Amino acid sequence: MATIKELSRKPELLTGGHRLCAGCGASVAVRQVLLGANDQVIGGIATGCLEVSTTPYPFSAWKIPFIHNAFENAAATISGVESAYNALKRKGKIEKEMKFVAFGGDGGTYDIGLQSLSGAMERGHNMVYVCYDNGAYMNTGIQRSSSTPFGASTTTSPAGKVRPGKPQQRKDLAQIMAAHNIPYVAQASISHWKDLVKKAEKAFSVEGPAFLNIMAPCPRGWRTPNEITIEIAKISVQTGYWPLYEVEDGEWKLNFKPKALKPITDFLKPQGRFRHLFKPGNEHLLETFQVEIDKNWSRLKKRCGVE
Amino acid sequence: MAKTATKQKIVAMTGNAGCAFAMKQINPDVVAAYPITPQTTIVEEFANYVANGVVDTEYVNVESEHSAMSACIGASAAGARVMTSTSSQGLALMWEELSIASALRLPIVMQTVNRALSGPINIHCDHSDSMGARDMGWIHLFAETAQEAYDNTIMAIKIAEHKNVRLPVMSMHDGFITSHAIDRFEVLDDADVKKFVGDYKPKHSLLYDPNEPVTFGPFAMPAFYYEQRKQLRVALDGSKDIVMKVTDDFAKLSGRQYGLFEEYRLDDADVAVVVLGSTAGTARYTIDAMRAQGVKVGMLKLRVFRPFPAAELAEALGKIKAVGVMDRSDTAGSLGGPVYTEIKAALYNSKLRPAIQGYVYGLGGRDTGPDQIETVVNDLVKVVKGEESPREAVTLLGVKE
Amino acid sequence: MKWNIKDAEHWGWKKYPEGALILEGGNAAYYKTGGWRTDKPAWDEEKCTQCLICWISCPDSSIIVKDEKWDSFDYDHCKGCGICAKVCPADAISMHPEGGEE
Repeated sequence: MATIKELSRKPELLTGGHRLCAGCGASVAVRQVLLGANDQVIGGIATGCLEVSTTPYPFSAWKIPFIHNAFENAAATISGVESAYNALKRKGKIEKEMKFVAFGGDGGTYDIGLQSLSGAMERGHNMVYVCYDNGAYMNTGIQRSSSTPFGASTTTSPAGKVRPGKPQQRKDLAQIMAAHNIPYVAQASISHWKDLVKKAEKAFSVEGPAFLNIMAPCPRGWRTPNEITIEIAKISVQTGYWPLYEVEDGEWKLNFKPKALKPITDFLKPQGRFRHLFKPGNEHLLETFQVEIDKNWSRLKKRCGVE
Repeated sequence: MAKTATKQKIVAMTGNAGCAFAMKQINPDVVAAYPITPQTTIVEEFANYVANGVVDTEYVNVESEHSAMSACIGASAAGARVMTSTSSQGLALMWEELSIASALRLPIVMQTVNRALSGPINIHCDHSDSMGARDMGWIHLFAETAQEAYDNTIMAIKIAEHKNVRLPVMSMHDGFITSHAIDRFEVLDDADVKKFVGDYKPKHSLLYDPNEPVTFGPFAMPAFYYEQRKQLRVALDGSKDIVMKVTDDFAKLSGRQYGLFEEYRLDDADVAVVVLGSTAGTARYTIDAMRAQGVKVGMLKLRVFRPFPAAELAEALGKIKAVGVMDRSDTAGSLGGPVYTEIKAALYNSKLRPAIQGYVYGLGGRDTGPDQIETVVNDLVKVVKGEESPREAVTLLGVKE
Repeated sequence: MKWNIKDAEHWGWKKYPEGALILEGGNAAYYKTGGWRTDKPAWDEEKCTQCLICWISCPDSSIIVKDEKWDSFDYDHCKGCGICAKVCPADAISMHPEGGEE
């Protein structure tokens, strides 16, 4: 894999001048993922923060051929682009090597986009799907998604007098993708750039579908100061909220193996969306959260053959 | 059979098989489709061509119609020639994508096999599916027979891809009636179809010029959206001339001359019926019978519904005394079916205009025999004689009381 | 600017490319978001170890690296989020109020 210095020589494929919030994790995710590509990349995206902020007519921050279609169909749309590439290459109309990537937030991926993603992965298209996961429908005003953590206050699962935020545990999409038996699935974080770029490289180089789930915190939705976006992503990894692992041809491998996980409260305390969990009387909710994290961590370790 | 310079072959095929055959001859780059009755045999026949290496189309078995149109949009934006097909609920499921396809100005050709919209769920013919999508910025062509379905499919490619059009085209034929009945018709030679449709290479695409990257489908604030819609209207309205040019070019090749609509015994008619699709066959039969009894009746069969040929229709129907517009779909809550209300609007300011009555028939595949058409004609005759005033409200023919 | 979009807001309908296509991918670079800042980053050359972690962590591609070496901030686009200052392992970046004396 290239060193960071070598990576710095690559052209910036996402320019500045986009309208994402100061401190947004999504654009960091995009920049790091695209550093893993070595051929011509063609990109697509689901409606969401990243899309509206990078393509406000007549401006586009994408220095690659790019398409936005609708909210739930980034995967289907890029599968169509990849199909066209196959056809045109076969007919001798295109010669260049090209790679295809679809971006979607957790909204357009876990929920409304799940069918389209599953279909594209199942059909075996040679493409990468990248989910930038900030844990809610941020663009429309921080509404809950199936990726929103337990207990988080969102505008459609607010913390109130009788309900303390989202009652459900979040969905494990990387596992679902691994169950599609595609060549490569990985979970990565913008805080661990080396691991992320390496995974992106693998994703772009495999023959067939690859799925990357990227931790991309949102200062607005998480109620955190702009400057700690990378920091809080790091803590999400260290507390086991966002384990770094990959599934390569069905082999599960844990990439980050701390001796002990930091307590989940390290992740929750800095975020305003969990403030209510720290009120007296809500200790049991913090416990529930920690129990679920520990359970998932054990299960993941076992699956990866780690003690 | 008309005499032409080109070699043609007589075949016996269903309408769907004819469409699949046309697709085979066109050999599109990408077909992304999802099966739904009564379109299924199109995608199945085409799958056979793919499996046997007869075409080199990239055939994508998507997991829903929404993904079908999504993949078609991706493929077309990529620079490929794209075709697909659907019906009814499938068309309804891809509704948001229809609007995006035309807004992005992508020349996708979709064979829509007309089937009733749910509910209740019904797999038989009516026009509610494609009529329900009439605002989506697509060109709409209607076929009466397998011959027309085959011919329209080929013409659709040239119309859609024309540099002054660049709009998606929906080409309709009736579910089960045309799609599944074996008909006898002529097909062109492979080489002639290939030559007619030519090569496709768009000016802007995702794949052809990656060093000059473009972005499709931006986010547009109010300052920018409206002008796009004006462009769409201008293109769709203006496509009428190109539809006719392509139709005329096709006539030179095939010997079959189509128009924006077909007039049958309309010249000296006092009364007339307007129909779309296979009902025209029944109408012709009924008209001949009634003419033999001295009723001066004619028919106008609309082929091009979008862009709506208002001026031409006003001219053709102006001198008729009473017209019965027969819609195979209803727009509940409005005066009647879509063709009725649009024809009425087209004639509103004309100096010469007939009395117009709206009829809905054949919903959910309800059989429409000569008796129903006779009813319409007799109604119109009464109006002409002054025995009845023209009805404002639509009449639903064939409903069991 | 390959595609001249100055005054695009005032164009007549015929001037917009068909299908709302954006003809020059990457032209967002002409849009300056530097005005969003309330805090401005400053770089201490002495302390910098050239690890380039700031570069790879910037949401706005606003750290310029030339020849594998830290070069400058792109103040036209830097939104002053402060991520670079926070992630720098050598404390070589500090944030200062925009337009303030310090």
